[in-house]
Amino acid sequence: MSGAGLTLAAGVTDTGIKSLAHGLVYGLAAIGPGVGIGLVFSSAIEAMARQPETAGTTRTTMFLGFALIEALALIGFVLAFIV
Amino acid sequence: MQLALDLNVNEVFFWKAVAFAGTPFAINRVVLLMIFASVLCLAFFFLGSRKGAIVPKGFQTLAETGYLFVRNQIAIDVIGPEEGPKYANYLAALFFFIFFGNLLEIVPGINFPVTSRMAIPALLSGLTYIIFNFIGIKKQGFRHYFGGTLFPPGVPKAIYIILTPIELFSVFIIRPLTLAVRLLANMMAGHVLLTIFFIFSADFVAFKPSLPLGLMTGVVGAVLIVFELLVISIQAYIFTMLTAFYIAEAIHGHGEEDPSVSTEHGLSDSPVDAAARAAA
Repeated sequence: MSGAGLTLAAGVTDTGIKSLAHGLVYGLAAIGPGVGIGLVFSSAIEAMARQPETAGTTRTTMFLGFALIEALALIGFVLAFIV
Repeated sequence: MQLALDLNVNEVFFWKAVAFAGTPFAINRVVLLMIFASVLCLAFFFLGSRKGAIVPKGFQTLAETGYLFVRNQIAIDVIGPEEGPKYANYLAALFFFIFFGNLLEIVPGINFPVTSRMAIPALLSGLTYIIFNFIGIKKQGFRHYFGGTLFPPGVPKAIYIILTPIELFSVFIIRPLTLAVRLLANMMAGHVLLTIFFIFSADFVAFKPSLPLGLMTGVVGAVLIVFELLVISIQAYIFTMLTAFYIAEAIHGHGEEDPSVSTEHGLSDSPVDAAARAAA
């Protein structure tokens, strides 16, 4: 209850706020990568449909982009444990 | 939430040492499982290559398909047909060790992926970091490798003030970090997810009179096992592919397109180029 000069409402505890922070950190960190991964896969599907003969190269590049974007969400996941 | 089940949750995630307790070589369940994963990996290839028949049968087919997948789909596709096969052995070892380590997550009775402890992803990622830097320095020379990475050619000089710190940070610090954290976080998230579902399932069915709720979490948990199988394969694939990508970049130089990839499908010969040549 002794946060930096803050008075918490009745029934609200530090532990509760901490749990809320855990959820928020990961939830907010997942928004951007969620949109990004959607874009990566939609573009890759479009590319593969237009030029099926380059599907192999496209798939490799797709997983690369997916992995790089996913890292951001996972950093959020790890931070949620640290907070 | 208070569990009726008499269980200390910490005991699901942390184990006591079995042998050599108190020394840096203490062995607990994680270390035993890591050794088990390595033995599994060795046995897979030993049994697969023992006979060496020209027409492969049974287990040999499986091992050869696995190795060829890494060699053709990852090493040759990403690094190139000339340099690729040289690194296929390292990549195949990496792929199968991570795959078997991850697979322990959904093996009944074990239910623990060894890759969800930072030591193992960090070791593998550190190994990859040393290898790709070593290859870069060996193939391109110390000056050219670091010069090409930190000062990419074809950029106005003033941009280097912003670009060089970003490149330094992203190539030499973020890369190994995200490589390890990606594997760790995926496997840890999957492990926590399955653990929560099955502990609650056991708790609801056995100790609280709430059979429907227990069955529901049990069924969702069973579906999640199939989903985790997908995550397990994708993470092994991504770790190996990123390693191959970093090695390819160290060989061919930063941001340079590998010529063998683009000409493979005859795409470099665009209609515009052909028309220009015909006109000339």
